[in-house]
Amino acid sequence: MNTQAHAEEAHAGASVGTNLAVWIGLVAITFLEVFLAYEQLQPTVMLTILVVLSLVKAGMIMSWFMHLKFEKFSLVLLLIPAMIFCICMMFIFFFPEAFRLLQMRPH
Amino acid sequence: MHDVKTEAALDSAWSGGKSPFAIGSKKLGMWLFIVSDTLTFSALLITYSYSRLTNPDWPRPFPIFPAIAFSTTMTVVLLASSLTMVMAVMAAQRNDRKKTVMWMVATMVGGLLFTGLHLTEWMNMIFKEHFTITGNPEGTPLFGAVFFGITGLHMTHVMIGVIYLGIVAVGYGRGKYSAEDVEVNGLYWHFVDLVWMFVFPLIYLMSVKY
Repeated sequence: MNTQAHAEEAHAGASVGTNLAVWIGLVAITFLEVFLAYEQLQPTVMLTILVVLSLVKAGMIMSWFMHLKFEKFSLVLLLIPAMIFCICMMFIFFFPEAFRLLQMRPH
Repeated sequence: MHDVKTEAALDSAWSGGKSPFAIGSKKLGMWLFIVSDTLTFSALLITYSYSRLTNPDWPRPFPIFPAIAFSTTMTVVLLASSLTMVMAVMAAQRNDRKKTVMWMVATMVGGLLFTGLHLTEWMNMIFKEHFTITGNPEGTPLFGAVFFGITGLHMTHVMIGVIYLGIVAVGYGRGKYSAEDVEVNGLYWHFVDLVWMFVFPLIYLMSVKY
């Protein structure tokens, strides 16, 4: 198959309206994050909420803007699980040490 | 002669001679690059988290106004440039070369504006607030390495993205590149935006000065 055929095949993206709605959602979540910073939440609560919201935003960008929602599912399986696995591997080394260091802090 | 099951297997996307993911090699290449670059930024952000846990005197140098208001503006500018990139890719898929180039130039303007605002912020921090890569007046000197390292690497990605957009816009306008090239460029640009969606909350919003 040549590139042209591929390019034509993969062209089932979202409409302008949908993309605009996704974009408004992203901006809204950004302002929600800033509002949370303004509210002075507990650092751990704040961090948890921010990471969850960022993951939601990343999912929105990848699904609609980067067209992953409209690609073959085999591509998603190729890219995403391996990436998540590698990031989890980084956290395996992060967590025990991080908690130990947190306990070693002077109070 | 093959039986029905063998025929079905030979006909599948995995039997060779086809692209099993139904995308061009350029797009697959860009996706693989994005995965590896995601891991680079993940490693940096995890290093930042670790440094932050180990240093109780981590500075919180960003008051809501002006610093957070400023970086929120930067975030909105970058998000807006992502929307113009979406429009460019859609125009390229309609084979509308003029509109594609126009939207790509708009995306470049967004990228340049973001870089300009970011550099303004950096200059203000370095020369007025005395935050440098090796020290600062408010706490552990590690802050500078982390802050300038992560935001600097992201800014480098934005600048490279602007150059990349310029090359593809000129090439596409002249008929040298296809709509697929514009789409692959779009993937890179959205990725840069995606990274900022983690940098902004973790670096800025977790370091608000009250």
